[in-house]
Amino acid sequence: MSTIHEVREAIAAKKASAREITADYFKRIAARNGELNAYLTLSEERAYKQADRVDAQAAAGKPLGPLAGVPIAVKDVISTRGIRTTCSSKILTNYLPPYDATAVARLEAAGAVILGKTNCDEFAMGSSNENSAYGNVQNPAAPGCVPGGSSGGSAAAVAADLAVAALGTDTGGSIRQPGSFCGIPAMMGSYGRVSRYGLIAFASSLDRIGPFAQNVADVAAVLKVMAGRDANDSTSTTAPVEDYSAALNRPVKGMKIGIAKEYFGTGMHPGVREKVDAGIELLRKLGCRSQEIHLPHTDYAIATYYIIATAEASSNLARYDGVRYGPRAEADALTAMYRKTRGAGFGPEVKRRIVLGTYVLSAGYYDAYYLKGQKVRTLIAEDFRKAFLEVDAIVTPTSPVPPFQIGERVDDPLEMYLADIYTVTGSLAGLPGISVPCGKIADKLPVGLQILGPAFREAQVLQLAHAFEQAGGASV
Amino acid sequence: MKISREDVLRVAELAYLDLSEEELEKYRAQLDDILEYIGKLNELDTREVPPMAQVLADDQTADATLREDLVVPCAVADEVLGHAPDSEPPYFRVPKVIER
Repeated sequence: MSTIHEVREAIAAKKASAREITADYFKRIAARNGELNAYLTLSEERAYKQADRVDAQAAAGKPLGPLAGVPIAVKDVISTRGIRTTCSSKILTNYLPPYDATAVARLEAAGAVILGKTNCDEFAMGSSNENSAYGNVQNPAAPGCVPGGSSGGSAAAVAADLAVAALGTDTGGSIRQPGSFCGIPAMMGSYGRVSRYGLIAFASSLDRIGPFAQNVADVAAVLKVMAGRDANDSTSTTAPVEDYSAALNRPVKGMKIGIAKEYFGTGMHPGVREKVDAGIELLRKLGCRSQEIHLPHTDYAIATYYIIATAEASSNLARYDGVRYGPRAEADALTAMYRKTRGAGFGPEVKRRIVLGTYVLSAGYYDAYYLKGQKVRTLIAEDFRKAFLEVDAIVTPTSPVPPFQIGERVDDPLEMYLADIYTVTGSLAGLPGISVPCGKIADKLPVGLQILGPAFREAQVLQLAHAFEQAGGASV
Repeated sequence: MKISREDVLRVAELAYLDLSEEELEKYRAQLDDILEYIGKLNELDTREVPPMAQVLADDQTADATLREDLVVPCAVADEVLGHAPDSEPPYFRVPKVIER
């Protein structure tokens, strides 16, 4: 039972109980997690309690929620009450959140079984899951390769059938890129679509929670359950949540898809290019009309993103000081305690970003960097707004490079940052975006096709992604 | 060179971050590269462009984040104090603040 449909059908037909399905997943996790390191913490007690609850409801003939009995993994930057939540950092090594994130609470209210917390880059900062304080994650779809990041553990868990679906977070590409690297669909809704309450903050104007799943229909189902206004997150939108599942089979014939020339220049790996071109050709065969669009400020997106995201991170991570949670370093004075605790508790990428973020916000530099970055962000968002007057969706590669070997790219942070080029733009503009599997280079390295839509048009994005998948997009 | 060792030290102090000598030089060099790259934003004339602090949905205005100032019970204090590195409820205990 790998998909939501299969789980629900099995429970409804009494072929398997929720408890049996849950036990099955834990068995598979026990067999493979040592090798993959996708999970950091398992929540067996909570999972079985929920499974038993679902089984009792089924036995009593009561109606079951849309995710009843569905085993789901949660990225370790998302709060789960009473279950260790580390953000893959040493500074939160023993942190037990006193509350659930809204997204988690909504999944459980719909019947989902939370299996555990997944590995990721520390505080969601990274593109390969090599910045975790708890070890690397193996890519189940490409042995020896990184699963992508920062939500590498969640992507790997779903790709290895160790969860039916998983939650990740996306700030600059951290859901879409690992989805692409692991060969599974992965989506972020628009900024404000899913509540950030309980998401341990990295960059508050960019962070989003979103699903990985085995297919686009399941991505739609999980997103629908989580989406919607939350009084606890004032940045969550009051815009109504559409029935994403109902929208999936809407015809795509005649949909206008934009191909931005700035995304198809020289930086792309030729194998990626070949697969993405084939994917676009498939969309044309489905009746979509492609046209060239311009996103003239694309070249400035990485610089803009790394100013804004690190600035916000330096502020959000100021709270980790050893006072209220996490391990505390010994010191005679308060500020020495802060400095030692943080010096010992944060990994190198986190420190690098805190230093950069603090620098761009500091007196004398604020205007030149942070304010400038915010202005260029306006220009980037405006590029998209104009483009969406002409097209219904924008199609790009998810990543300019295919999954790379673990350890291959750890020496040059700037080079790693530059590979985020196709994903940071959608993040800055607040748009919804999905990555869908789009073939494999040499039958080995998964490639992803990214579909971006106008703000709050998740249904449109999902409809196109679903049609692409059903037409065999994964094997172009 | 855009960023000096002193710059990194100053910033590390602002961010309450203890860095070793090795870290200091490694980050200085890497940040130098990154700041050099970020400088390309100066190619753009943004004098008339408003800054975007956050993405707002069409239905949101900048003051959409306000609500009635009502006090609501928050029942997690005991749990939070129970998990703290050093607490004596209802206080978190920390080393003393020393006047500089």
